Amino acid sequence: MERIVYRELRSTPKVWGVMALCAAFVAAAGGTVLYIEHYGHIATGMNNQVVWGLPHVFAIFLIVAASGALNVSSIGSVFGKMAYKPVARLANVLAVSLLMGGLAVLVLDLGRPDRLIMAMYTYNFTSIFAWNILLYTGFIGVVAVYLYTLMARGVDPRALKMASLLAFVWRLALTTGTGSIFGWLVARTAYDSAIMAPMFIAMSFSFGMAMFMLVMILTTSITDRVYSPELRTRQARLLGVFVAAVLYFVIVHHLSNIYLAKKTAYESWILLGGGIYTLIFWVGQVLIGSLLPMILLFHPKIDVRKGYVLLAALLVVIGGFAQLYVIVIGGQAFPLEIFPGFEVSSSFNDGVVSSYTPTWLELSLGLGGVALALMIAGLAMKFLRIVPENLSDDNVDPALLVE
Amino acid sequence: MIIPTKEKGAEVSRRDFLKSGAALATATLAPGVTLMAFGGSAAADGMKPGARWGLLIDAAKCPEDCSACVSACSNEHGWENNGLDTDPQWIRKVTLKEKATGRENSLPVMCQHCDEPPCVDVCPTGASFKREDGIVLVNRHTCIGCRYCMMACPFKARSFVHEPVTGQKTTTPRGIGTVEGCNLCVHKIDRGDGTTACVEACKATGYNAMMFGDLNDPESEIAIAVSTYASVELRADLGLGLGVRYQNI
Amino acid sequence: MKQLLVSVLIMAALLVSPSYAEGVLPDIPKAIGEPHPEGNEYWRVNHPDLLRHDRDQTVIDGIRDVDASLAGCVSCHAVKGPDAAPLTAESDQYFCRVCHDYVAVQIDCFQCHTSVPDVADQARLLPYSENPMADLQAYLEGVSQ
Repeated sequence: MERIVYRELRSTPKVWGVMALCAAFVAAAGGTVLYIEHYGHIATGMNNQVVWGLPHVFAIFLIVAASGALNVSSIGSVFGKMAYKPVARLANVLAVSLLMGGLAVLVLDLGRPDRLIMAMYTYNFTSIFAWNILLYTGFIGVVAVYLYTLMARGVDPRALKMASLLAFVWRLALTTGTGSIFGWLVARTAYDSAIMAPMFIAMSFSFGMAMFMLVMILTTSITDRVYSPELRTRQARLLGVFVAAVLYFVIVHHLSNIYLAKKTAYESWILLGGGIYTLIFWVGQVLIGSLLPMILLFHPKIDVRKGYVLLAALLVVIGGFAQLYVIVIGGQAFPLEIFPGFEVSSSFNDGVVSSYTPTWLELSLGLGGVALALMIAGLAMKFLRIVPENLSDDNVDPALLVE
Repeated sequence: MIIPTKEKGAEVSRRDFLKSGAALATATLAPGVTLMAFGGSAAADGMKPGARWGLLIDAAKCPEDCSACVSACSNEHGWENNGLDTDPQWIRKVTLKEKATGRENSLPVMCQHCDEPPCVDVCPTGASFKREDGIVLVNRHTCIGCRYCMMACPFKARSFVHEPVTGQKTTTPRGIGTVEGCNLCVHKIDRGDGTTACVEACKATGYNAMMFGDLNDPESEIAIAVSTYASVELRADLGLGLGVRYQNI
Repeated sequence: MKQLLVSVLIMAALLVSPSYAEGVLPDIPKAIGEPHPEGNEYWRVNHPDLLRHDRDQTVIDGIRDVDASLAGCVSCHAVKGPDAAPLTAESDQYFCRVCHDYVAVQIDCFQCHTSVPDVADQARLLPYSENPMADLQAYLEGVSQ
């Protein structure tokens, strides 16, 4: 077993090609932001009933995946699993880049993003949203320190242990905060629930692992680096467990709601009568996002069928977007129940399901965020020594060397 | 001027002399100075101290085909709702039909000016705030347009401005990228009109379904009405302490 | 090297020269009403802080009688356009725009606030003038007599 060697990526045409593609998407998103700034949000599909739309779905996915990507390095540093230690640096960088991509989308969709500096010094500490902003920016700092302890020479192992533990706890707080953005809204039937926070934690494990694996597969396919099949298989099995955990929380959430008499109207709508939202829930979230990936990931031949791993990771990501679409947009589309026991109608969409049609502008903004995350990660891989060069099965885990 | 005397002789203690001197001095200076010097609440121009402005709406008196309150608010503040989902609506008429009995009703719904407003709790910059006299407002100078308050409001009271605005009313600035909602005609209250545009319009129609006043003033018409007749808060289960109360829903 | 330096300096001089061609300072339109007791220089320097402070007083504390109420500024400083209607902030001859365009500091006040006075106050405004500096000159000469 050799020592793991980290090396910067070489600038091959394939690497340039991927970066150029990302840059194109980022530029398109930049143009979108200027357009929306000038003409107003009337250019998007968001309205006074569905106030958060597709950009927020992307932003929340990226933020949740960011905290989960950090988990990959925490498994090595906090839980001591040797096989994950070689990829800790990359996982840290990916966590920060995904977060930056998500925050970029969130911030650029504000009605007045020019006031962001002002927003940083007029703080309302009773707001979970404000706390999240602090947690997000602190996360970047904490992960930077953690990365330093991983990369610098002569660092005391206890410092690494402490940094990794701090990062792990911070990310749990951050994801709890993100889930609570929804869970603490008593006004909306779809959200008002304590289970949102732990469900988001489970989602972060799942989406983060899937995004990490996709980035790893992409990187090793466009360069000459190796993605150890042993590590890949372990991660695939673990991803299967995470996907099952998410499905568990979803089941518990909906079953509990069904029992609460005041939530049956919402549940029968989302599970049966919600049109596009019901379709996205059952096909996108449950079938594509949970059941199919689990079948693939728990397949006995997953160690040799690397196509299954790629497919499963992609399906998990698609399912993640579907889940967030149902949560963010479905939750807003269902009307507020201001007058229980009454049928309601008004000129402001009371009592009716609100409609929301995403526009290309919003898709462009969201994809720009993903592209920004990949670009930042790519630049880091190019200029920093974070991607292992010899991550083959022989070098991944000394415990495997039974002889 | 009265110099206080003590029983033990005509000697006046230095403290008493100073106190009486101070009383004389303040009496000769402008009354406004006295108010500030002795810690009166707010300047002479400002909010009525200790007030809690609110509305009382009698749904039984509100006919389904009347929306005078909505038109009045729209004219007073310069917003228009032409039916698009992105158009603002600060106050709206809601038609109700009780599912169990089939009884129909109608009433206006606007920002309920809660005592514990969820919108104030969740606003990241503190732009959504509650004034000392109970009015919940958006400080548009600080609003970044994140729309989280719109997610949090149980009454869908707030609207987002989706396009550039021109021709605003002088007393109601409103513009692109910020969130807005019923401000209880704060400019009218501050200049002493003693009512809001919607209540004024409702009185003018003769239906008299809406009443405005200071809920904390035991002698005000509204305080007497809510302490005499039954009235409810919308979504009372949330325990937000609303400033708008309804009768006969 | 020397040639490069000289050509850069000439280019820089050319770039700033337009402002010297028209006069050093912007043509500020004349206002109506009493002049500010603290003097124009005080207001020129301090109006951002005064506006910010007073807007907080008005919005948060409900105090309307403030020195720097934007509607108050507009009611005296608005000018009429050639069509006898008050100029809005869209026009580059608007009072605030004249200086703010000159120093290239963008303001967003008028995205929310109306830039024309109430209809009742519009009659008081001065008629449109092609050359505000000449009018200002004449006014000052008249005052000094």
